[in-house]
Amino acid sequence: MNGGHDLGGMHGLGVIDAKPEEIEPVFHAEWERRMLALSLASAAHGRWNIDVSRHARERQHPADYLRNSYYENWLVGLETLLVESGLISANELATGKAEASAAPTLRATGPADMAAGLRKGHPVDVPPTEPPAFEIGSVVQVRNFNPTGHTRAPRYTRGRQGTIAGLHGCHIFPDTHSVEVEEAHHLYSVRFSAEELWGSGASGSAVFVDLWEPYLEGL
Amino acid sequence: MPHDGHDHTDPPDDLALRVKALESLLVEKGLVDPAALDVIIDTYENKVGPRNGAQVVARAWTDPKYKQLLLTDATAAIAELNYVGRQGEHMVCVENTKDVHNLVVCTLCSCYPWPVLGLPPSWYKSAPYRSRAVSDPRGVLKEFGTELDEDVEIRVWDSTSEVRYLVLPEKPDGAENMPEDALTNLVTRNSMIGVEKASAPGTGGAL
Repeated sequence: MNGGHDLGGMHGLGVIDAKPEEIEPVFHAEWERRMLALSLASAAHGRWNIDVSRHARERQHPADYLRNSYYENWLVGLETLLVESGLISANELATGKAEASAAPTLRATGPADMAAGLRKGHPVDVPPTEPPAFEIGSVVQVRNFNPTGHTRAPRYTRGRQGTIAGLHGCHIFPDTHSVEVEEAHHLYSVRFSAEELWGSGASGSAVFVDLWEPYLEGL
Repeated sequence: MPHDGHDHTDPPDDLALRVKALESLLVEKGLVDPAALDVIIDTYENKVGPRNGAQVVARAWTDPKYKQLLLTDATAAIAELNYVGRQGEHMVCVENTKDVHNLVVCTLCSCYPWPVLGLPPSWYKSAPYRSRAVSDPRGVLKEFGTELDEDVEIRVWDSTSEVRYLVLPEKPDGAENMPEDALTNLVTRNSMIGVEKASAPGTGGAL
């Protein structure tokens, strides 16, 4: 979707204002610690995947997305996911009071399993069933498409021409994964010149974007 | 409310209470285990961070075979040092040279290689960085005090998939004979994102 999260090339968002590395804490407040932990622990129930989760944050009004702090967007996303997945009810969220205990089949992940899960991660590569349509050096154009659902093709790449710079194998396709349909497609590293993306005044740089085969057309 | 100076993104005062209420509800319903929450926080606040990435870089600077593996199969190379897991499942390492400078961003969210760098700093997740890293990388680098010669090609890596990028900075002049342990002190987090070069010996460097 063309949401408030798709920021590449946008203007007017201010200076970067980076704190010196040696003084910036990992978390800036206790609630940020809790927010990270609650998000990961809730996700361990397997009721949603990473693309569903990203889409829950992206679906906010763009003004809210941009105004919120980072972990506030995580909070909004988690509240959406918990209610939509049925893990909590909208009324429970509103009142903060539990109305019925979790179904008996649901068991919170304990500390040992959580530690193991963090180390294991969630690989998304899948053995290919078809050969890749493109090879290194192929010239491609990103389709000019504007899906209202989740996609990982940034707006600034659509309709632009690039060159295949690398093949990552087949990875789960986020656009369908975000609606719980698991497809895999070849994933490419596509090189775009600065001139192609930003016009003749831009030079001396290139942007490499990971894009799945369904986003691309051969030229 | 403590804040990080980003006035327009300051959380409202009731945010901490809202998170607390949600945590209480999830614990009461048995959906999260408080001990597991502690594991997550301890892992990313105390155990996993950019010192891991610095070990990878220092090894690559001193061991040509390791560097070769890092540049061809970064996931395997990094796993050799036992840095594995969430948000590092598919790693790619990109090498800075005198002609090429690499810079990593995630314009769509905040993708970042957790096992080697830990959680991303605020600026990496911020709208100013995410919007301009792809369209004005030279301007972004200047904001970090990094000035590159005009003929250096800047390669920006937008982390749109589950592939995560680690920059292998150039080994600084004067570091040729330093042992691996000492070299890690020259490798800053920012140099592995690509907004800076590695520190020159004797300039303080990383923590």
